[in-house]
Amino acid sequence: MTMERQKMQNAKYGVSEKSSYRSMLARDFRKNRLIYLMALPVLAYYIIFQYGPMYGLTIAFKNFTPAKGILGSPWVGFQWFQEFFNSYYFERLLKNTLLINLFSLLFSFPAPIILALLLNELRKEKFKRTVQTITYMPHFISLVVICGMIHDFTARDGIINDLVVLLGGKRSTMLLEPQLFKPIYIISGIWQGIGWGSIIYLAALSGIDPELYQASVIDGANRWNQIWHITLPGILPTIVILLIMRIGSMMSVGHEKIILLYNPSTYETADVISSFVYRKGLLEANYSYSAAVGLFNSIINLILVIAANWFSRKATETSLW
Amino acid sequence: MKIKRSIGERTFDGINVIFMILLIIVTLYPLLYVAFASISSPSLLMQHRGILLVPLGFETGAYQAVFDNPMISRGYINTLFIVVVGTTVNIVMTSLGAYVLSRKDLYWKKVFMFLIVLTMFFGGGMIPTYLLVKQLHLTNTLWSLIIPNALSTYNMIIMRTSFMSIPASLEESARIDGAKDFTILFKIILPLSMPVISVMILFYGVGHWNAWFNAMIYLRNRDLYPLQLILREILIASSLDNMMTETAVVDREPVAQTVKYATIMVATLPILCVYPFLQKYFVKGVMIGALKG
Repeated sequence: MTMERQKMQNAKYGVSEKSSYRSMLARDFRKNRLIYLMALPVLAYYIIFQYGPMYGLTIAFKNFTPAKGILGSPWVGFQWFQEFFNSYYFERLLKNTLLINLFSLLFSFPAPIILALLLNELRKEKFKRTVQTITYMPHFISLVVICGMIHDFTARDGIINDLVVLLGGKRSTMLLEPQLFKPIYIISGIWQGIGWGSIIYLAALSGIDPELYQASVIDGANRWNQIWHITLPGILPTIVILLIMRIGSMMSVGHEKIILLYNPSTYETADVISSFVYRKGLLEANYSYSAAVGLFNSIINLILVIAANWFSRKATETSLW
Repeated sequence: MKIKRSIGERTFDGINVIFMILLIIVTLYPLLYVAFASISSPSLLMQHRGILLVPLGFETGAYQAVFDNPMISRGYINTLFIVVVGTTVNIVMTSLGAYVLSRKDLYWKKVFMFLIVLTMFFGGGMIPTYLLVKQLHLTNTLWSLIIPNALSTYNMIIMRTSFMSIPASLEESARIDGAKDFTILFKIILPLSMPVISVMILFYGVGHWNAWFNAMIYLRNRDLYPLQLILREILIASSLDNMMTETAVVDREPVAQTVKYATIMVATLPILCVYPFLQKYFVKGVMIGALKG
C-alpha cells in the first residue's frame, strides 16, 4: 500500500525513480533559463580569454610559426626549455628576478609597516590625516608618468644629479649605470607605495582593543613597551599573511616598470624573466621560445603560491583558499 | 585625561613629527618641482641647477604647446572611451558572473569556482594571449584593450561575496511578485551593493586609465593611442633617445623640457584633484580586498 502511495505521489510531483541527472539538468535549464543566459558571456570570456591562452601554451612544446598555426606546427618536446636553461640569460634573469624581490622584501615590505606604526603614534588626528592623504597621492599617478619623472630627474642635468654634485659627487646619466638600476627601481617603488601600503596595517591597528593600552599604562608601561608588546603583536597576523604572500611571488617581477626604465646598457642588472619574455616574444617574434620561458616562470610561481598558502594555513590558520 | 609625558616620549614625538614632515616633503616635492618647472621660462630653467623653490619666471607656452598637440587631445579622447566603455563592460560582466556564482542551487558550482580561481594563479601569459588577440583580429582596435580584460576574477569573487550577504528574503518576495533574474539583479541586488560597485568602478576605471602596455603591443595606428602611450613617447622614448645619442655635453632642447613637465601636469592634475574626494572609496576597496585575502 505504502509503495503504491509513494508511486502515486512521485507521479504527482513528476519525480520518477529513473529521473536521471540529465533530466534534472534539463529541468534546471528550463527553470533557470535566464541564469544560463547570464552565465553565457562570462563563460565565453573564461573559455576564450583565460583558457584559450592556456591551450596556446602548447606552442612552448612546438616550433610555432604563425603561418602553420598552433595545430599545424610540429612538436619539439622540451627543446625550448633546454635552450633557455643552457643559455647565458638563464642565470642572469634568475639572479635579477630574485635580487629585485629580495631587495623589495628587505626594504619595500617593511616601509609601510613602519609608517603605519609611526602614524599610529601621532597625537594630532588632523596632522595624521594630512600625512595619510599626501602619502597616498603617488599611488594615483600612472606608472608611465612616474617613470617619466624618474627619467627626467636622473638625467645628466636632472635634479638628482644636481643634488649629487652639490654633495660632492659626479654627474652621470643614472639610468645608464647598471649598478644604479635596482636602487632606482626599489626607491621609486617605496616612494609610490609606502602610503598606500600602510592602509591595511592602519586598519589592523584600529582593531586593537584600546583597553589593552589603558591597562598597560596602569602596569607602568611606556610608549616603547606599548609598541613592542601591544601594537606589534596586534598587527602581526596581518604582517605574517602579507609576508607569506609576498614570498609566494618571489619569482615574479612585473614587466611594465622594468620596460619603462631599462635600456640595453642596463639589461645586465635590470632584465627579469617577464621583460625577457616580452623582448624575445613580441619584439623578436620568438614565440615558442618565449612562451616556454613564460610557462617555466608561471609554473614556478604557481608552486610558490601553493606553498605559501599551505605554509600560511599551517602558521596562521588563514589562507587564500 | 592628561598623562605627563617623559622627556624620552616627547623627544620621540618630536622626531616622529619631523620625520612625517620630511616624508611629506619627499612625497610632494617631485610634483611641486614638475609644477614649478612647467610654468618656468625655458631658458631660465636650463641655466638653473638644483632645487626649485619657486617658478623661474612665468610662461604658459609649454601648456599652449601641450594643448596644441593633437596627439594629446586624441589620446585623452581614446582614453576616455576606453575608461567609460571598458569600465561599463567590466561592471556588467563582473556583476553577471558574480550573480550566477552567488546562486545557491547552481550546478557544478564547485567545479566552476575551482576553474575560475585557478585563472588567478595560472594563465597562458603574455605570448599566447597576444597570439590569441591577434588571431581574433582584435589588434589595432580599441576593443583589444577592453574585451581581453572584460573582467577581473578577483573583483568578481569580491562582488559575489557581497551579493551573498544580501538577505535571500528580498529576492524571494520579488520572485513572488513575478520578478525575473535580470530584474532581481539590476533592481534589487545591484542597488543594494552600491558601496562595492562604486569601489569596483574606481578600481576598473583607474586600471584602464593607467594601462599602456597592452596598447603598446596591440595598437599600430597612432590615432588609437591612449594618453598613457602618448605620454610614454613624450617622456620616456625621447629620454632614451637622448641617452643613446648623448655625448659629454648635453644640450636638451629647453622648450621641449618645459613641455615635458607641462605634459605631466596635464595628464596627472585631473586625477590628483579628484582623488582626495574618492580616497575613502579606494581605502574601502583595499579593506574589502584585505578581508577576502
